[in-house]
Amino acid sequence: MDLETIWFCIVALFFAGYLFLEGFDFGVGMLLPILGRDNTERRVMINTIGPVWDGNEVWLIVAGGAMFAAFPAWYAGLFSAVYLPLLLVLLALIGRGVAFEYRGKVDSVRWRRNWDRVIMIGSWIPPFGVGLLLTTSVLGLPLDADGNRVGTAFESVRWDTVLGGLAVVGFSLVHGAAFLALKTDGDIRQRARRLAVRILPVALLPAVALMLLVQWREGSAWTLVPLAVSATAAFVAWWRLSLGREGQGFAALGVVIVSAAVVLFGALYPGVLPSTLDAANSLTVDNASSSPYTLTVMSWVALFGAPAVLVYQGWTYWVFRKRISTQHIPKVHVPR
Amino acid sequence: MEVLDLARWQFGITTVYHFLMVPLTIGLSILVAGMQTAWVRTGNERYLKMTKFWGKLLLVNFAMGVVTGIVQEFQFGMNWSAYSRFVGDVFGAPLAMEGLVAFFVESTFLGLWIFGWDRLPKRVHLACVWAFSLATVASAYFILAANSWMQHPVGAEFVDGKPTMTSIWAVLTNNTALAAIPHTIAGTFSVSAAFLVGIAAWRLWRKRRERDEDRQVWRSSLKLGAWTGVVAFAALAITGDVQGKLMFEQQPMKMASAEALCHTEQPASFSILAVGDVRDANCENVKTFSVPALLSFLAHNDFDTEVKGIEDLVGEYQERYGTHYPDDPALGELAGQPIDYVPNLPVTYWGFRIMIGFGGLSAAFGVLALWLTRKDRIPDTKWFPRAALLSIATPFIANSAGWIFTEMGRQPFVVVPNPTGVDGVWMFTAQAVSNVSTGEVWTSLISLTALYAVLAVVEVYLIAKYVRGGVEGVMPPKKPDDEGEGPDKTDDDALAFAY
Ligand code: HDD
Ligand code: HEM
Ligand code: HEM
Repeated sequence: MDLETIWFCIVALFFAGYLFLEGFDFGVGMLLPILGRDNTERRVMINTIGPVWDGNEVWLIVAGGAMFAAFPAWYAGLFSAVYLPLLLVLLALIGRGVAFEYRGKVDSVRWRRNWDRVIMIGSWIPPFGVGLLLTTSVLGLPLDADGNRVGTAFESVRWDTVLGGLAVVGFSLVHGAAFLALKTDGDIRQRARRLAVRILPVALLPAVALMLLVQWREGSAWTLVPLAVSATAAFVAWWRLSLGREGQGFAALGVVIVSAAVVLFGALYPGVLPSTLDAANSLTVDNASSSPYTLTVMSWVALFGAPAVLVYQGWTYWVFRKRISTQHIPKVHVPR
Repeated sequence: MEVLDLARWQFGITTVYHFLMVPLTIGLSILVAGMQTAWVRTGNERYLKMTKFWGKLLLVNFAMGVVTGIVQEFQFGMNWSAYSRFVGDVFGAPLAMEGLVAFFVESTFLGLWIFGWDRLPKRVHLACVWAFSLATVASAYFILAANSWMQHPVGAEFVDGKPTMTSIWAVLTNNTALAAIPHTIAGTFSVSAAFLVGIAAWRLWRKRRERDEDRQVWRSSLKLGAWTGVVAFAALAITGDVQGKLMFEQQPMKMASAEALCHTEQPASFSILAVGDVRDANCENVKTFSVPALLSFLAHNDFDTEVKGIEDLVGEYQERYGTHYPDDPALGELAGQPIDYVPNLPVTYWGFRIMIGFGGLSAAFGVLALWLTRKDRIPDTKWFPRAALLSIATPFIANSAGWIFTEMGRQPFVVVPNPTGVDGVWMFTAQAVSNVSTGEVWTSLISLTALYAVLAVVEVYLIAKYVRGGVEGVMPPKKPDDEGEGPDKTDDDALAFAY
């Protein structure tokens, strides 16, 4: 494999990791007002992701950074073209991150209610925006010869990219419910599991539709394999969850999203941002990439850096492996 | 306004804002790690209280640092896509390394530190706070290496119309970066020092009539802060002097602008204050109070070096980098216009002085507070607590002024040409912006600024609340049979810390 291809895979890997990890973070935030019936239950929910959400978010930052370093023209073209949706994602992520930290810092019902809203909004918007961004990258935009978007600010908002947004939202919702079923105990665990089973067939529909659309428009023969794996895993997830095997259900959902990412990026390769105006304007791994020297340097960094990340993030999940339930939640203690 | 102006305003506002949180996070995290180390080694309850109190404020601030950082990372692609395409081969690398090497460690180990109280063995928990705080320094290192490359491009050559990296080692050991990093880190200590001094002094004064056992907590904090501030200022002066010498070689126009030095001088004097309009390119209406030959020293370590003035430099720059912008429609209004090589003089001149002056002020207040509270005294005046709280702002102002000076002093370039080599590697700011509509950039400028303003109020409110709450606000008083330090150990399994 040449370096460009390796780096295409690394970028894909970071996005897949991001969708997997922050997928359940977002799901927990989305479900906060739905599953959390009182403040203690909501605190249970937030504390399941408390130690890890920030580390999960860094996957997005590094996905962006890896794009910047390895494919500057892809990073520049995509981010400036999908400007307003990306801005919404940023605003939502700002609110959400602060909300987790600040929600418990004042003992007042109103204070908490407001931050709960911020968490909820901040968890629904970003998966939609990220889904839209990735789908835009796969299905293309009207790009001129300089790699700039032609047309209006809303060029990236079309029915097919909206489907991409809904796909990630739907997945995150189920993934979050499964994660809560896996990480909590007591009443809330049962409700989370039942909810996951109930909504899964509907919530994963957009994801399946998206994969079929991408396969039909851009796919190659081999992407049928991950597509089949993803669809099968969706079924397995539903089956295991309905039997109460939360861990297996959660893992199967992980297979769903990772193989869906393989379909998307597999269909995109060797392009990175196709132009719908003229194929000659399309950005590809060849014309968008950095020099071989830069890619070599970055490969060494990734070779040592990425496994280390997996090790210590894995350790974090191990340290906080215990299920949390309402009796683990300490009393509120803040300055008066 | 054009996209260029809007994008510059947005970059300036969001970055200065990010850099209000950043120095407090970096400096305070290291000081908190030190406090926790002292606790683990001595077992002295006072250090535990310090760790918990200052650690809480650190968390309130850290959250804001994180969320404002994401904007920084993405705005290069959104607003500065031409820049990103042009320099991505070199500039992207340190940025990606920052994420992979620093941010992952920072965020993961902070999570472990917050939630690991009473769960991880003491020493492992201590290691987590060190991993976190050293990672903040690592992140500063990488981002400053990226920034320094814009000030002084090295390790690259011009191939096919773009800078192409030839040596990552040269980029990461750029002499500009090696000078900027200690200066900036010292600046972060200056900020956290003033934070400790201001808050501790206020708390001491507040409870001056009560002799509660927490008094020692505030005394130790004040002492730590004051000494840190003094050392930090000394380090700032030394490293700043090194930077001045590099600036003289690498960015002579920035040097001249810092002094609003119109005419070449030999020996050059250092202006301390000016009366009149420093914008005036002839300097006729400006009276300055200056120290003879000091600028020559700052520039070149002797007292008779010639320092070039703006007049002479403009000619040199025109000769080397052209007199007019290319007639490219992407440049908008500026296409085909003459290039103005002189940065905004009032900003550079005053920015430089505010940086030094306010930095000095904050260190001076630390010493004063230490002296006023010597031998268990506490001044019974009203101005003392007020001055203490006000002094917290001084190093923040100094840091912002330093950055604004550095960044605006390099205009009209976004990547300043390296005068000794790396031919062709430079870029005008006007060429760097994205091809997006003004509507888009207005939307983001307004929404980000508004959101930031709201969050600033919330953060200050929370910090004030925790400051008023004191030690009790972060650690409930111990119950008789409670062995541990965590809150409310009613259930053995209860989380020691929970959101
Ligand atoms: C000298 C230090 C310094 C400077 C100049 C900058 N930052 Fe920063 N940044 C940090 C020092 C830092 C930090 C100390 O590491 C932060 C602040 C608080 C924090 O959480 O980490 C951080 C957070 C932070 C984050 C969030 C990391 C996370 O989720 O944990 C991102 C994406 C960036 N920054 C990106 C940038 C970019 C693209 C900058 C350039 C314009 C920039 N920062 C300037
Ligand atoms: C955190 C400290 C920093 C502060 C406070 C700061 C401040 C500023 C300000 C005030 C401007 C506007 C200047 C003008 O338009 O005249 C600016 C521009 C800019 N800065 Fe910085 N900066 C910081 C760090 C950085 C870093 C670390 C980088 C790159 C890695 C960077 C890259 C840029 C770019 C690309 C622009 C836009 C072009 C321009 O207007 O010059 N800055 N910054
Ligand atoms: C005697 C004291 C000082 C001197 C001689 C000095 C000198 C300098 C110089 C020459 C630069 C510009 C570097 C460049 O653009 O190439 C600079 C930048 C800067 N200064 Fe200072 N400085 C002093 C004190 C301070 C203080 C007290 C603070 C903050 C508390 C501070 C914070 C900064 C910051 C944040 C920057 C921008 C980042 C950088 O380029 O390192 N400085 N200083």
